[in-house]
Amino acid sequence: MSTALTALAGRYRTCDVTGLKVNRDSELLIRANAVVAVVAMLVGALAAVGLVLTRWQAIHLLPADMYYRFLTAHGLNMLIFWVIFFEMAILYFAGPVVLGCRQPAPKLAWGAFALMVVGAVMVDFMVFTGRADVLFTSYPPLRAEPNYYLGVILFAVGALIAVSLFFASLVVAKREKTYAGSMPLVTFGALTAAVIAVITLLHGAAVYIPTWLWSMNVGNIDPEVYRMVWWGLGHSSQQINVAAMVSVWYLLGGLTVGGVVVNEKVSRTAFVLYVLFISMASAHHLLVDPGFSPAWKIWNTSYAMYLAVLASMIHGFTVPAGIEMGQRLRGYTSGTFEWLRKAPWSDPGFSGLWLSLVIFGFLGGITGVTLGTEQINILAHNTLRVPGHFHATVVGGTTLAFMGVAYYVLPLIFRRRVAFWGMARIQPYVFGGGISAMAIGMILMGILGTPRRHWDSSFAGAPFPVEIHPASELVQVLFGIGGLLAATGALMFIAIAVVTVFFGKPVTAEAIAQRASGIPQGVLKLPNQVHAGPVAEQLDMEGVRGTVVLVAVFFVCFIVYYFTNWKMLSFLWKVG
Amino acid sequence: MSAHEFHSALVPPQGIWWKPAHKQERTWIAIAFGWCLVLFTMMPLWHFKGGQNPAGIRYRVQPDAYVARVERFVADYQVGEESGIPIVAPPPGADVYLLGRMWQWYPALKLQKGVSYTLHLSAADVNHGFSLYPVNLNFQVVPGYDYGLRVVPNKSGDFRIICNEFCGIGHHLMVGKVLVEDGPVTPGGQP
Repeated sequence: MSTALTALAGRYRTCDVTGLKVNRDSELLIRANAVVAVVAMLVGALAAVGLVLTRWQAIHLLPADMYYRFLTAHGLNMLIFWVIFFEMAILYFAGPVVLGCRQPAPKLAWGAFALMVVGAVMVDFMVFTGRADVLFTSYPPLRAEPNYYLGVILFAVGALIAVSLFFASLVVAKREKTYAGSMPLVTFGALTAAVIAVITLLHGAAVYIPTWLWSMNVGNIDPEVYRMVWWGLGHSSQQINVAAMVSVWYLLGGLTVGGVVVNEKVSRTAFVLYVLFISMASAHHLLVDPGFSPAWKIWNTSYAMYLAVLASMIHGFTVPAGIEMGQRLRGYTSGTFEWLRKAPWSDPGFSGLWLSLVIFGFLGGITGVTLGTEQINILAHNTLRVPGHFHATVVGGTTLAFMGVAYYVLPLIFRRRVAFWGMARIQPYVFGGGISAMAIGMILMGILGTPRRHWDSSFAGAPFPVEIHPASELVQVLFGIGGLLAATGALMFIAIAVVTVFFGKPVTAEAIAQRASGIPQGVLKLPNQVHAGPVAEQLDMEGVRGTVVLVAVFFVCFIVYYFTNWKMLSFLWKVG
Repeated sequence: MSAHEFHSALVPPQGIWWKPAHKQERTWIAIAFGWCLVLFTMMPLWHFKGGQNPAGIRYRVQPDAYVARVERFVADYQVGEESGIPIVAPPPGADVYLLGRMWQWYPALKLQKGVSYTLHLSAADVNHGFSLYPVNLNFQVVPGYDYGLRVVPNKSGDFRIICNEFCGIGHHLMVGKVLVEDGPVTPGGQP
C-alpha cells in the first residue's frame, strides 16, 4: 500500500509559478493533444494560403478541383481538428490540473486520443486523395466514400470519451477533496464547454452514422433533415469554442495581470445560459430554407430570446471588468484607462487575450447576431459575409485566445522557454490584424453579393456574362493581404510552438531569476491571485469606469450595424 | 469571504459566492437584456410591417414531379431562347417555376416591374443556392422541397441568378438570368 502511495505521489509535481499540483498523466495528455492540434493547424494554414491566393481573383492560383479539396481540408483541420484537440488539452488542464487531482483512467484517455488521431488521419487521407470532395458540411445527396464518414465518427467517439473523463475528474477531485470550496471559474467554464460538447457530439452521431450507412447504400437521408441535424453539430461545435474561449479569457486575465472575477454569480449564470440556449443555433443556417416555419426560425435563431447573446454580452463586460479591476488592484488607478495603457502589451498572452476579446466582440459578435436575424439572412445567406463573420469569431476570437494561452502552456506545462521570443511578442498583432482585415474584406465582398465557397467569382465560362461590381476588386486586395498576413501569423505561431517543444531551453528557477527571454511576464512573476483589505474595498466601491466606456462604444456599434442592415434589407425586392 | 475580497478565476471561491452584483454590472445586464428583447421583437414585427420575409409556401415535392412542372411552365410561356436556355415570360401574378440542377438555372425569366409573382424554387439533384445578383436576395434550394416565394421586382434591369451553395465541380458555371421590364413584357431575349 505504501509503495503504491509513493508511486502515486511520484506522479505529481508542484508548479513553482502557480503552485498547482500537476499530475504526470494529465501533463503528458495536455502535451500530446496540444502538439497534434498544432499539426492540424499547420495543415489548415497551408490550405488557407492556397484558398486566399485562389479567391483573390487577380491571382486565382488553384484549379477548381484542388480549390474545393483544399477548402474541405481547411474547414476540417481548423474548425474541428485544431480547436477540438486543443480543447481536449484545456479540459485535461481545467479538470485534473486546476483541481489538483489524479488523472482518471489514464489508459482510456490515451485510447481516446489514439481514436481521435486515427479518425483525423483517415479524414485527411480521404480528403486529400479526392475521395471526399463534399466540403466540410457534406450535404447529401453529395456523397463521399464511406471511410470519410467513418473517420469523422471515430474522431467524435474519441472526443466523447475524453469529455467523459473530464466529468470523471470533477467527481474524483470532489470525492478525494483535492480542493476546498467551489470549483474555480475556469473549471466551471470548461464544464459548460464539455456539456455543450456532449450535446454537439450526440448530434454528430445522429447525423454521421446514418450518413455513413447511406454512403454504403443502406437507408435514405432527407437533405433538409440532414441540414438541421448536421448544424446541430456544426454550429454547436462552435459554441464549445465560445465557452472554452471565454474560460481561457478568464484564465489569461488571471495569469497575465491578476484579473479577478468581479462577481462569481454573474459570470457563472452567464455560462449556464450558454448551456441552456446556445445549442439552438442550428437554425442560423436554415433561415432561408424551405423546410421550416417562421415561428420555428425566430424562436431557434434567437436562442429562445437571445439569451445566449445576453450571456456573451455579460462576459463582454465581466472579462474586461476583471482585467480592469486586477490592474487597479496592482496600482494602475489613475484616470479611466491607465489600467489599459499600462497593460503588458508585449506579453503575447495578454495581447492575444485582448485582441481576441475585441475581435470576437466587435467583428464576430455584432456581425453574427445580425446575420442570424431571420429576415436579414435573406441579404447574406451563403455570401462571403458568413465566413467573414466566423473567421472573426473562431479565428480572431477562439484561435487567438488559444494562441495566447499557448504562450503560458509552453513554459508552465512543457516547461520550455518560448523560442523566437521577439517574434512571439508581435505574433498576436500580425495574426489578429491579418484576420481582422481578411474578415472585413470578406464581409464587404459578401455585401457586394460575392458567394462563399466559390472557385471563380468572375464566373468565366458561364452561359450569361456577369458584371462584377468595380469596388469588389479593391475589397479583394484587403481580403488577400489580410489573409496572407493571417497565414503568416499562424505559421509564425506554429514555428514558435514546434521549436519550443522540441528544442526549447528549459524553464529553471535561475532562468526566472535572471528574467531570461522566452518567459512571459506572468510566469516570471505571477500576479497576486487573491486581494483583500481596505484597498480592495475602496476599489470595489469605485467600480470599473473604463469598462463602462468600452461597452458603451460596443453597444453603439452594435445598434448602428444592426439597423443599417434592416435599412439595406428594405431596399430589396418585396418577398414573402 | 468578505464583500471586498477579490480572487482570480483560478482560485476556488470559499463559502457563499451568490452575492449581489455591483451597480455597473446590474445596469449593463439590464441594458443588454432590453436590447435582446429589441432584437427578438424586430423579427415578428417585420413579418407584419416589413416587405422582406423568408416565409413563403413550403411543400415536399418529388424532384421528378418538380422537373415535369418546370417543363410545363416553360412550354406554357416560352418567348425566346438564349445560350440554349429558354426564356419564359409568365403573366402577372403567375406561379413561376425555377429549377436548379448541375449546373444550370432553368429557365431564364422575364418579369414585369411592380408585379407580384409566386417564385417556386427547387432542385433536381443536390442542394443549390439561389442568389439574385447584384440585388443580393438569397434562398436555399433543397431537392425534395418546393419553396414558393411571393416576389415583387422593384427595379427593371438584367439580373443574374448565381449559385451560392456548393454543388460540385461546375458550381461556378451555374449562372441564370432574370430580365425585369418596366412595362408589360415583350417577346425575345433582350430587354
